[in-house]
Amino acid sequence: MIHVLNVKDLQFQYGMQPVLKDISFQVGQGQLCGLFGPNGCGKTTLFKCCLKFLKNQGGQIKVDGQDIKNLRIEEMAKLVAYVPQEHKPPFPYLVKDVVLMGRTPRLKSLFGTNKEDRQKALGALKLLGLLEIADKPYNQLSGGQRQMVLIARAVAQETPLMFLDEPTSALDFSNQIRIWRIMKQIAESGVTILACSHDPNHVSWYCDRVVVMNHNHILREGPPQEVITETVLDEIYRNVCAVRNLDGARMVLPKEVARGNGARKHNY
Amino acid sequence: MAGCLKDTSLLDDIACEEGDEFSIHGKLLILFALFVLLVLTSSAAVVFGAYKISIADVYSIILSHLLHLSEAQNMDSLKDIIVWDLRLPRVLLAITVGFALAAAGATFQGCFRNPLVEPYILGISSGAAFGAAMGIVFHQFFFSVQAAAFIFGSLAVILAYGIACVNKETPTITLILAGVILGSLFSAAVSILKYISNDSALREIVFWLMGGFYFASWSDVALVTPVVMLSFLAMWSLGWKLNILSMGDDEARGLGVNPEKYKLILIGLATLMTSIAVSTVGIIAWVGLMMPHATRMILGPDHRFVIPASAMLGGSYLLICDTMARTLTSSEIPVGIITSLLGAPYLIYLLRTRGKSVFE
Repeated sequence: MIHVLNVKDLQFQYGMQPVLKDISFQVGQGQLCGLFGPNGCGKTTLFKCCLKFLKNQGGQIKVDGQDIKNLRIEEMAKLVAYVPQEHKPPFPYLVKDVVLMGRTPRLKSLFGTNKEDRQKALGALKLLGLLEIADKPYNQLSGGQRQMVLIARAVAQETPLMFLDEPTSALDFSNQIRIWRIMKQIAESGVTILACSHDPNHVSWYCDRVVVMNHNHILREGPPQEVITETVLDEIYRNVCAVRNLDGARMVLPKEVARGNGARKHNY
Repeated sequence: MAGCLKDTSLLDDIACEEGDEFSIHGKLLILFALFVLLVLTSSAAVVFGAYKISIADVYSIILSHLLHLSEAQNMDSLKDIIVWDLRLPRVLLAITVGFALAAAGATFQGCFRNPLVEPYILGISSGAAFGAAMGIVFHQFFFSVQAAAFIFGSLAVILAYGIACVNKETPTITLILAGVILGSLFSAAVSILKYISNDSALREIVFWLMGGFYFASWSDVALVTPVVMLSFLAMWSLGWKLNILSMGDDEARGLGVNPEKYKLILIGLATLMTSIAVSTVGIIAWVGLMMPHATRMILGPDHRFVIPASAMLGGSYLLICDTMARTLTSSEIPVGIITSLLGAPYLIYLLRTRGKSVFE
């Protein structure tokens, strides 16, 4: 297994306040890895360190075998694509232009895009089913559509590694599932994905691996069946969750709801 | 292990023949139309003036100078001076200043991700005003009013950058606040200078602050035009990067554009253009705010087109305003008054008709 992302003994602190302590984990090629943890546990900081938006004070981060310490911003962007949470930019760029922005790290001329860039952008639009809205202003779309456009932009960037920052946080249920299906599809094509999520069900249904963070360190790491358990959830959420099995699918429920329902109890 | 990954096949499987999805012909046509507008406006502007000279005379004077013909015998030397030494440099300077303010406005708006920003946001105008006032009041210590205005205008921006820069990063909000603070500081200093100056100096300061092209000369054109045009070309070549920057710092980094580096370059170029324009003709309001808006409405927000279109529209607009300023009444009206009088209703119209879509 090739490790596309390899984080070793990562340390980070804001002033005297430690935010990340001894973080080590790997993600293999084509894996969809979920980053799960409560608010304020250091997920975002870990994300930003891996993207080199923040400089880690200790440890090492390797992407595709290269220490990111030695990579320039332009080189990083050929290895890692970043999908931010959907937001409204101040100017009404068209959807197709936003996706074309993903080609920026590979632009050869100073001024514009070439035929290949435009074709790749169209391909990304097609893959995410966005061709019909390609000519609409990006900031007039719904939240779900905007998130899809940002993912299409990352696809057009053609990087081996993709980071998504809470891609489903502002979306309705059907859009959330759509995004997870697309991430799964992208991962199956060989792209490695690290996605933050606050929903234990989503990560256990769709991810190949889950990294659970709590209090600035990694609590557990591994396949979701081993990691999203009542013990682990109790440790981070203090007596809120129950884990049940519903026809083979794992469900995380609030404790009081689980008590009143008939799903079979399993002790995970 | 480095680089041993197989290429991801995601996009290779999707056959996509490019249609006219990314066609830019329409936008290029608009750029060409704006260029034609600029040429027509300038051709008309040289003919207008308080002293009536026939169209044929105006163009024969210009042509004889351009072709170095010595037809002085059938030229009226007064007409020659009016057309060649007064009107033409004034027309060229108005176009150049319009170019500078409008292109700088578009760039500042993109960098700060805010369509309400104008080129004076980082305190250039107040700094330049202070420099000019110093040059006027203490003329014995200063080489020239223009140089003092340029130095203090640029200094204001450098100070704002210095104040806002923490840990090698300059957050936009901090930068704008620093600009506002310095602006008010320099304005207070200008008020002090006005307070202590004598009547003639006070009058001069007030006129400088209103802005105008009264004293436009070939030496101004020779100094300002090359600086503005070179900065403009450099800025235009960074149009695509400005699109990326306007998405936000983190996204720009993710897309391989170093936000600190390119913001510094772009703001530097915009400051240089604005400073040299302001120090030559004084503070002219509205052009830098309005022109980028107008262009975005005509051809969309892509800065590769907004920068040149905004510049050409700015050149035409300022030229029209200045021609009105020197022909409407027997004495001159300061051009800043006309740009504001025409500009404010336009912005009110924008607010009333499409306030939400433009300002959100």
